[in-house]
Amino acid sequence: MQAIVFDGVSYVYPSGVRALKDVSFTVERGELVVLMGENGSGKTTILKHLNGLLKPTSGKVFVDGLDTSKYTVAQLATHAGLVFQNAENMFFESTVWDEVAFALKNFGYSDDVVRKRVDWALRFFDLERYAGQSPFTLSGGEKKRLAFAVVLAWSPPIIALDEPTIGQDSLQKEKMLHMIRLLNTQGHTVIMASHDVEFVADLRPRIIAISSGSIVADGPADEILPDTEILRRCSLHPPQLALLMARLRDLGMPRKLVDVDTAARLLVERLRP
Amino acid sequence: MKVIEVRGLSFTYSGQDKPSLRDINFEVGEGEFVLISGPSGGGKSTLCRCINGLIPHFYEGELRGEVYVDGLPTSKTPTHILSQHVGMVFQNPQNQLFSLNVESDVAFALENLGLPREEIRDRVDEALALMGIEDLADRSPVELSGGQQQKVALASILALRPKVIMLDEPTSFLDPMSAMNLVELVDRLRRKLGLTILMVEHRIDLIAPRADRLAVIYEGQILYDGPPRDFFEKYDGHLYGVSVPKLARLSKEMARHLEWPGVILDIDEFERVVRLIAGHRL
Repeated sequence: MQAIVFDGVSYVYPSGVRALKDVSFTVERGELVVLMGENGSGKTTILKHLNGLLKPTSGKVFVDGLDTSKYTVAQLATHAGLVFQNAENMFFESTVWDEVAFALKNFGYSDDVVRKRVDWALRFFDLERYAGQSPFTLSGGEKKRLAFAVVLAWSPPIIALDEPTIGQDSLQKEKMLHMIRLLNTQGHTVIMASHDVEFVADLRPRIIAISSGSIVADGPADEILPDTEILRRCSLHPPQLALLMARLRDLGMPRKLVDVDTAARLLVERLRP
Repeated sequence: MKVIEVRGLSFTYSGQDKPSLRDINFEVGEGEFVLISGPSGGGKSTLCRCINGLIPHFYEGELRGEVYVDGLPTSKTPTHILSQHVGMVFQNPQNQLFSLNVESDVAFALENLGLPREEIRDRVDEALALMGIEDLADRSPVELSGGQQQKVALASILALRPKVIMLDEPTSFLDPMSAMNLVELVDRLRRKLGLTILMVEHRIDLIAPRADRLAVIYEGQILYDGPPRDFFEKYDGHLYGVSVPKLARLSKEMARHLEWPGVILDIDEFERVVRLIAGHRL
């Protein structure tokens, strides 16, 4: 069963900017997909179609089989949760705890369930100590994690993340990586926008590369990330190790995405006396 | 010459029990490029706020020790004077730009200082030219890309002709190409104008090859201050919230099996060393 279907979707903002041009792709349930592309390429516009914040100007978007043009944002929320890039735009409660609890209460969970899930989500993202504080007192990276905790607490089958690694230090990034993998292994469909190539290289998802509102390439990270031509079109750089391998191709290094251990093994084999 | 001197600096925000900075001693020479990293909440932004005077002028709390920028004690110098010595570029350029067009954004602080019209004109033209954005002068900042907006933010700082520019995660919202352009531009400017650069960043792989020093701020203290490569040689950066560039990790693996000259952060250098060793083998 398909989690997400974009069928010939174009979207024109009221200002007249054509943000998406005839975009078609399908995401199966349980897939992990990263949208990559330059600033303004259309990544966020695609994500905003998933919970109905935007409706296509032409074409169709189906989420969990539902035609988004026929459902409200509130109805779609139980199917797809979106974690925004500018997290502070979505906060409105007076404490961090209430912020996470809000949607759960709205969905009608019992107080006991709400408490357990809120506490769990805050603990997971290392935010428990801020439970009683206003969301607006958090740092940029903490707000980002709170936004993730809010969505995680109600656990929608499709989770959409807009640039989740912005402002995160390496420990938080690693947690984010584990979280995304965990959600994915639990059967959640995860779709995210990111231009953090090293993070995406570690995640090894399916990548949909976008430029100026059109899909440029769609395939596994192993194929897309070492492809300097595709990356150049999307204002991206290859991950450090893929670039190194590309530069040392005449020494027999492969054209593929490698991790540190593999790169070391290949280089040592080539260089050892 | 020291352009920044921090001596015995501690700061605790009002309402917090724990100090955000504890007995920091830190000096930066004119023309240096210092990369500041460490975990979120470790004290990086607080240190920046102490250097540009936002602490104690706008944030309340208990301040101990001394901070001098360009010879001025920051706690006793009004911020409009400090702003002509140290400028700050923030993570999200949208929070820093507010005028109807780029030119008036860049001129804004100069007008506030009451400079003569002629001088404002000259300084705005100069700043736009330095950033290579003369063609954007009449555009509205909100229509620009993130990379362009960050250049406008930097131009409005440059127009004040400060000696020190601090950038707090300036590339976070930029795609990799724009991020690299911005970092190259900042580095070129510092060489051309002799600027001192303090950059807070998590993108170590991008900045470390250009920085003279890496300062790691961890739990309110300076854990490390020295050449970037030595940090990765001695520490597992990841444990201290510092992303370890893949090349640093690869260097360490190489050193376990081959004669290898320690941690290399620059890809050109890494390639040279590999070719050198490959050449010896022939």
